[in-house]
This record gives sequence, structure tokens and C-alpha cells, in this order.
Amino acid sequence: MRPSRRGIALTTGLLVLFLLYSLAPTWFLLVASTKSQTDLYSTFGLWFSSNHFADNMRAVWDYHDGVFGRWIFNSVLYSTAGAAGSTLISLAAGYGLAKYDFRGRGALFGVIVGASLLPSTLLAFPLYLVFAQIGLTNTVWAVLIPYFINPFGVYLGKVYADTSVPAELMEAARIDGASETRIFLSVALRLMRTGGITIFMLDFVNIWNNFFLPLFMLNGERSFPVTLGLFSWVQQAQTSRDMNTLVLTGSLLSIIPLAVFMFALQKYWRSGILMGSLK
Amino acid sequence: MSTLTRPPAVATDAPARRTSPRRAGKRGAYKGLLFMLPFLIGFLATYVLPIAYAFSQSLHEKKSSGIGFGPTKVVFTGFANFSAILSDGTFWAGVLRTLLFGSVQIVVMLGISLVLALLLDGVAARAVRFFRAGLLVPYVIPGVVSTLIWLFLYSPTASPILDVADRAGAHFTFFGGLNTYLSLGNLLTWQGIGFNMILISASLQALPRELYEAARLDGAKEWRIAWSVKVPNITGILVLTGMFSLIGRLQLFAEPLFLRYVAPESISTNFTPMLEIFDRAFKTGDFQYAAAESLVLAVVTGILAFVFYRVTNRKMS
Repeated sequence: MRPSRRGIALTTGLLVLFLLYSLAPTWFLLVASTKSQTDLYSTFGLWFSSNHFADNMRAVWDYHDGVFGRWIFNSVLYSTAGAAGSTLISLAAGYGLAKYDFRGRGALFGVIVGASLLPSTLLAFPLYLVFAQIGLTNTVWAVLIPYFINPFGVYLGKVYADTSVPAELMEAARIDGASETRIFLSVALRLMRTGGITIFMLDFVNIWNNFFLPLFMLNGERSFPVTLGLFSWVQQAQTSRDMNTLVLTGSLLSIIPLAVFMFALQKYWRSGILMGSLK
Repeated sequence: MSTLTRPPAVATDAPARRTSPRRAGKRGAYKGLLFMLPFLIGFLATYVLPIAYAFSQSLHEKKSSGIGFGPTKVVFTGFANFSAILSDGTFWAGVLRTLLFGSVQIVVMLGISLVLALLLDGVAARAVRFFRAGLLVPYVIPGVVSTLIWLFLYSPTASPILDVADRAGAHFTFFGGLNTYLSLGNLLTWQGIGFNMILISASLQALPRELYEAARLDGAKEWRIAWSVKVPNITGILVLTGMFSLIGRLQLFAEPLFLRYVAPESISTNFTPMLEIFDRAFKTGDFQYAAAESLVLAVVTGILAFVFYRVTNRKMS
């Protein structure tokens, strides 16, 4: 039985409606970034007026000695280093958990699964208290160290090690005289590559989007990631209206690195979303 | 497998290190933990220690010596902070507000995601790819940026929506009373439908096609199959996403914080529990009380997760 013509029209119509709902706000951002401060308020928001995109771009990059570029750089640094560290630590821990039998293994796994359910926002304030005690706040490490430790990543690492590293292969390598570290580095890591990329991607996106931890940990403008930087501009926009074009153009620019990253890894993207949903 | 067929001479090159497979299990004890070491140290430093420290802090209170002019001292007060929180109306109002708001918003969001997933299930493959990509755009946009966009779309001075409404003669604002919740709900729904649609789509695709055949032979219409065959078979994923969304709503922070800049009178400093904790810690400077609030909120979250876990496990079995 084939769906009726009216059914198809209704289906497509509804989908188009929600597509417009999804895209219109982003379209607004695109249009707004081409407008001058006065046009932003005096012309219709969803269509272009005179083009000031180049001026806005220059204003964003020039503001406070190019602090925006610094924020983008920080975001790239935090996301790349944080995700790389977290991926390695998670894969090693997941591998250890999956491939070696030791006492308390089950309990440890239970603790890790439980911890992955705990929202990271809840930990941010206790973490701040400890890091303030040891004078770590307002350094790169105040955000990187918490990013490195991701119980959900360990859970994924264990799942990938369970399914992709056969015990026979490890045994064969042992017979050949390879050390345990060597087996992990040159055999297991290669086999868990897909899993590693998925963990890296999830971490990268999470860190790029994170706002809460840097807000607690960092207070020097030059160490901000772009999310926090934009927030500081929003605060300033309360007193000076001409910050608004900066906020809007900066917002548009801040999407681009993440969009490029996701596009590059789109093969892993859907499985990443499905994995991420477990969290 | 070339490693198995290597001549034995190579293997005996490292005689001291060679161990029989039988001993591998024993060796595992410390080797396995060794691989976990970086994580375990980090876990102690970023989970166990902070929670323990926050707990010890929460047993203290800041007291000013004399009649309030002298230097402040931190003194041990036992569970005083916790008993104060238990009867703290604003804190629990925040918890209740986010939970009530969250349950309505999540039902709407998952409802739309479900409808979209079912609609996608019925269109041609090429159209699916096109619509899916478009509907996922909000998911790719960082949360802070999407909040910023809606901040402008809601703002009384710059909003194109209010522009159109004004020209049509309708006058309304996005904040005040119920409108505040609708605006916040719309923002969260906009962020969430693409992601949830993908999840629901995936579980729809996992259903065996034969499931629909019988219904089709009986002459059931497509919408009827969707409602009576497809939906009952994917309640698992709906409950799961609902649970995680609700736990996420308890942590609601950045969105109301930003919207406060447009509507400070509609979104108070303790609108959500996380806003309250942030305000306590960094505006009032009462670290001890904020630490206690963090722990109470963690416990509330834990209880919620546990209740959901029990309910879903009963349903699945």
C-alpha cells in the first residue's frame, strides 16, 4: 500500500515548517552580522540592508588588541588538548578494565558508570574550591585537568576494547615477547582507532561548548575560551549598545571552527551522537 | 595471523620476559591497574577529593567576630547548613520550578522529535538526508551561541518577530509570567529537537520491517501504523532521553543567565538551583552554603536518576 498524495503533501509540509524553524534563527545571525549598529535596530531582522560585514569583521578582530582571535585560539587549544588527553587516558583505562582481571574490577566499573551519570556542572563548584586552595585557578590546567578525566570516555573505551581487541592477538604478541605496554601501544590502540576518534569527537564538541567550568575557573580575559568571551561582551553590551554587532559577528565566527571539525569527522558523527545519547 | 607462525627462535630472544598464558591472569592484577593509573589519579583529584572537600566545607560557616565589623572566621557548625537548606524556600522553589518547567518542556520537545522522526520514516531516502541535515543545524551551534541568537530574537528592540507582530497589530513581549517559560522552553526545544530526532529515528530503523506488514495487509493507514505499531515499540528510547533531559534541566544555568540580561525582572538570581549556587558563591561569597547546596542538588539528581532507573527497568522486563 502506497501513501496517498495528500499524505505526502502533509508530511512534506510539516517537515518544511520545522526546517524553517530550525534554520531561521541561524539565518538571522547571518543577516545580522552584515548590518551596521543602526540598521540592526531600524531594519527588518531577517533580510539584508547595506552591507557592513567587512567593517564588523574588522571590529571583531581589532577589539582589545585582537582578544577575539586569542579566544578562538584558546578554544581550539582547550578542545584539542583536552580531548586528546581525555581520549588517551580513557582508552588506556578502558583497555585495562576490559583486558585484565583484577580484584575489585566490577566495583570499579560500577563507580565509573555511576560517575558518568553525575553532571559535570555539579562538580564545577567543588572543583573550584579545591583548585582555589592549591592556587590552580586562572591557569590552563584548571580547565584542562578536569577535561582529561571523563568517566563516560572510559566506559566507551571499555566497550571498544571488549569488542575490537581479541585476546588471542594479545596472547600471540606476548609469545613473541612484546611487553604489555608495547602490546597496548602498537596493537590495541590501532584496533581501537574508531572508538578513539568517537571519544575524541564527543570530547572536542563538549569542551568547545563548555561555558560553566571556564566561568568558574578563569577570570583573566585573555585565557577565556570563545564561549566565555562572548558572554563578557554580552555583559558589556548592557552599558554600551555598540557591542551588539560585535556579539553577533563574533557568534557567527565562533560557529565556524566547530562546523569545520564536525564536517571533517562526519563519518563518525552519527554514531557519535548515538553514543553521546548514553550520557 | 603472521605473529603465530613466526619461528620460535625470535620468541626465545627474550627469555626472561616470557610468561606462559596461564600466568597472564595473575600478572593482570597490577598491569591492568597500571593502564588505569592516569585515570584513577585524575578521578581522585577531580571527583573524590572535590566532593570530600566540598562536604567538609559545607560543615562550616563564615561568622564575623564581634558585631559584624571584625574579620570573618570560618567555624565548624556541623549540619547547620544542610538543615538550613532543607527549610530554604528559595532553593527548593528553584528545584521545583526547573522540574515542573522541565517536564512540560521535555514532553513538548520529545513529542515534536517523535513526530519529525515518524515523518522522516515516511519520505524518500534523498529527502531524508536533506531534512535531517537541516534539522540538525541547531545541534551544531554551540549552546552559548544559540542562546545569544534567541536573546536578540526576544529582545524588545532588535527582534524581527516583534517587528512582524507589531506590523500585524499584535503587541506582546517574550517575558513576564508564563511567557518567560514559553521563551525559555522554545530556546531549549529549538536546541534539542534535532538531536532527539536522530535518536528516535535510529531506534525506529532498528525495528523489524515485518512488524508493519501485518498491519498493512489488514488495511491500516500509515498514521495508524505509526501510532499503534511504531510508537509502542520505541517507548524505551523515549523514557531514556526524557530522563537524561530532565536531569539536564536541573543543571539549567547558561540559558537563564543570558536571558536575565533582557529580562532581569522575570528571571531572578535564583531562578534555577545552579543560578542560586553561582549567586551564593560569587556574589554573596558564601562558599560554605554554596558547597552544601551543590551536594544537596547532586543527591536530588542521584535520587531522580535512581527512580527513573527503577521505573524503566520494570517497564523493560
